[in-house]
Amino acid sequence: MTPPPSLQVSGLAFAYPDGHQALFGVDLTIGRGERVALLGPNGAGKTTLVLHLNGILGGGAGSVHVAGLPVEKAHLAEVRRRVGIVFQDPDDQLFMPTVREDVAFGPAAAGLRGAELEERVQEALERVGMAGFADRPPHHLSFGQRRRVAVATVLAMRPEILVLDEPSSNLDPASRRELADVLRSLDVTVLMVTHDLPYALELCERSVILSGGVIAADAPTGELLCDDELMRAHRLELPFGFDPRSVAAPARR
Amino acid sequence: MGAGHSHPLYRATSSPVHALPPHCKIAAVFCFVLAVVATPREALWAFALYALLLAGVAAAARVPAGFLLRRLLVEVPFVAFALLLPFVVPGPRVTVLGLHLGQEGLWGAWNILAKGTLGVAASVLLAATTELRALLLGLQRLRLPSLLVQIAAFMLRYGEVVTDEMRRMRIARESRGFTARGVRHWGVLAKSAGALFIRSYERGERVHLAMVSRGYTGTMPVIQEVTATGAQWARAAALPLAALAVTLTAWAAHP
Amino acid sequence: MHVPDGFIDAPVSLGTGAVAAASVAVCLRGARRELSDAQGTDRTAPLAGLVAAFVFAVQMLNFPVAAGTSGHLLGGALAAILVGPYTGVLCISVVLLMQGVLFADGGLTALGVNITDMAVVTTVVAYAVFRLLVKVLPRRRRAVPAAAFAAALVSVPAAACAFTLIYALGGTTDVPLGQVFTAMVGVHVLIGIGEAVITALTVSAVMAVRPDLVHGARGLARPLELRTADGQVTTATPATAPAPAATPRRSVRPLLAGGLAAAVVLAGFVSYYASTSPDGLEKVAHDKGIDRTTKEHAAKDSPLADYQVKDVSDSRLSGGLAGVIGVGATLAAGTGVFLVVRRRDRAADRATDRSPDPAGTA
Repeated sequence: MTPPPSLQVSGLAFAYPDGHQALFGVDLTIGRGERVALLGPNGAGKTTLVLHLNGILGGGAGSVHVAGLPVEKAHLAEVRRRVGIVFQDPDDQLFMPTVREDVAFGPAAAGLRGAELEERVQEALERVGMAGFADRPPHHLSFGQRRRVAVATVLAMRPEILVLDEPSSNLDPASRRELADVLRSLDVTVLMVTHDLPYALELCERSVILSGGVIAADAPTGELLCDDELMRAHRLELPFGFDPRSVAAPARR
Repeated sequence: MGAGHSHPLYRATSSPVHALPPHCKIAAVFCFVLAVVATPREALWAFALYALLLAGVAAAARVPAGFLLRRLLVEVPFVAFALLLPFVVPGPRVTVLGLHLGQEGLWGAWNILAKGTLGVAASVLLAATTELRALLLGLQRLRLPSLLVQIAAFMLRYGEVVTDEMRRMRIARESRGFTARGVRHWGVLAKSAGALFIRSYERGERVHLAMVSRGYTGTMPVIQEVTATGAQWARAAALPLAALAVTLTAWAAHP
Repeated sequence: MHVPDGFIDAPVSLGTGAVAAASVAVCLRGARRELSDAQGTDRTAPLAGLVAAFVFAVQMLNFPVAAGTSGHLLGGALAAILVGPYTGVLCISVVLLMQGVLFADGGLTALGVNITDMAVVTTVVAYAVFRLLVKVLPRRRRAVPAAAFAAALVSVPAAACAFTLIYALGGTTDVPLGQVFTAMVGVHVLIGIGEAVITALTVSAVMAVRPDLVHGARGLARPLELRTADGQVTTATPATAPAPAATPRRSVRPLLAGGLAAAVVLAGFVSYYASTSPDGLEKVAHDKGIDRTTKEHAAKDSPLADYQVKDVSDSRLSGGLAGVIGVGATLAAGTGVFLVVRRRDRAADRATDRSPDPAGTA
């Protein structure tokens, strides 16, 4: 018996209370261990989709399942443990006075205490290479370090799927590469919302394009980036001088 | 400058006072100040004893006198008020250095200066020996409503972030050749303040989303708690108990 | 204006401490309501924390006045109008608490005095005046900054009045209250003008960008137009429409509370003028005091000699009397105004039932 996919979204449609409709029937399945990039122009509904994955938004049509568990009010606590969202601004994500307390927040909210909690915190910080910073206040870290700690806060909950919102934004090239190393080393399903197409190519074997509230394309990242017409149609542009054909396809783990 | 763990008044050294649990220290300082405030103002010797007690604590906490004295400046507006009192309060007068001063007013000025100074000194000692995080934990331990402590914690966490945004806005204004010089420019500054509010509020909404995403349901999980042994309580209580003894003696001797 | 230790005696400090604690407890409940979103989620901690951080930061924003002097915002009125009175009181209280504990700014035993005075009185008076004016003024966007101006203008001297009252109860020195009052209110009327200008400008700046965030103006928002999705049928169950938190059902209680607060404020002004104009009582007292003053004319070298002349031992009596008369008169006037307003509101409500857009599209 095969395990259920990490994420299964079917027929998801949603309109905000003010009448603005953001999603028009999204279908997306992500298998266990996959790394998928979610691409799309501004206003395509990417954030709306992400906020559906852990039940912050809901009440529209369609369904979301996380590892077989439907995202419904009754399972919200477990769903939020399974779906780890890393928000774009690490200052929003790191709201506790120290790195240790911040990483401990999620597991503690799930009921962990004492030595077990401490072990989770240490493990998560080690996985992002920030173990030596546990007692520092978050805003004394560099931006790249904060982003890595933000990933750790979510890893500490041992999520089924890691959802990253613009993980490479505002990072200098070294921090960008360090984060890529961290993400590659993780053994979790990853959904990465990004405008950074080379980053998507580097990290994700598969990409989907969300445009106008529906999935407009779903294919291996290299193929998508080479399809000039498709790219133009959805306002996606490669950085100057970057040729996806010249880059080796991302290695499967 | 730094907040987070340390704050402007915090002095990072290790001392017996630093080592005391925060809630013991807060309670001790509060009771001490209460005892000082309740002392009859005529008991000059009592205030001298209080000052000695604080000097003792400062020495134990390795807080230099200069640091303590500099921080007393916070009182200045009220010093001005106190200095006016001998002139404005009616009653019998005495002549000091050629000035006719009201006796009642002099006592009043002395009362405010002495008690206010001791109060500030005690608060400074508390702040100088207690980390930000510890202060919050101490307040929580002292049964301050947990929601209030949470709000305070968020305020301190984001105080610097918001101040930083304000600074960046100022730099942006000045880079475009704008310097506020008078009332005419208040409109521009107020627009910045309004923008700052919107940014702060929106950040609050995003922080809430991030919290909910990690399982927040309205109560903060207890991650860290401070505890105190009987011996620590006893050590912290030494200051307010001594002050209480002084107060009671002063009242007993009071005509 | 943070009161230090020793300024107010111990019993009154503890008393105001109790008042402050009770107010904060009430506001903790009220703020949950003000800050919850359309779904009713409790967002108090992060939002109030960020608003407190904003107040803390904006108090450091310098508004140059002239010749090198500058002022800054106190923020009570601004907070009340932007996020609602409960959250406003809560945020200012937290700021004061932290300033007391971290910066030794304001005495620990005077925390109750400071919170009662600067957080509770300022915010509540500002909000009462603001709501009253928003109801009375024509329902236009521009009414909001105007009401904010008046609210901030009144709130600062109101805090000075409250402080004088606390001082009358528990001041450690018997300063002639008339003088404390005159000085406090006089200075704070000036400060209030600055506060009012900045508050009004800031509120209108927020109104221009995110009118939905201005708590005090939520009732004035135009209903949002609903666009239908192009062609596709969606079974989206629109979440409960955002609760109009700012337009509560018109119960009598807030009305009464607002009326009382307004009356106290007006009473402050009335007794202020009463105490500066030499009325009969004061004149008598003045005459009585003359013998003392003439004796002291030898002390003319003292630059402050003038201050003694006006000193009257009975100024407390005259001030008190004036205050009582003032409260009586204003209560009567206030009740009258409120009755009129209520009638107008009822009429407006009936009109609302008939036409769905009372604000007009102007």
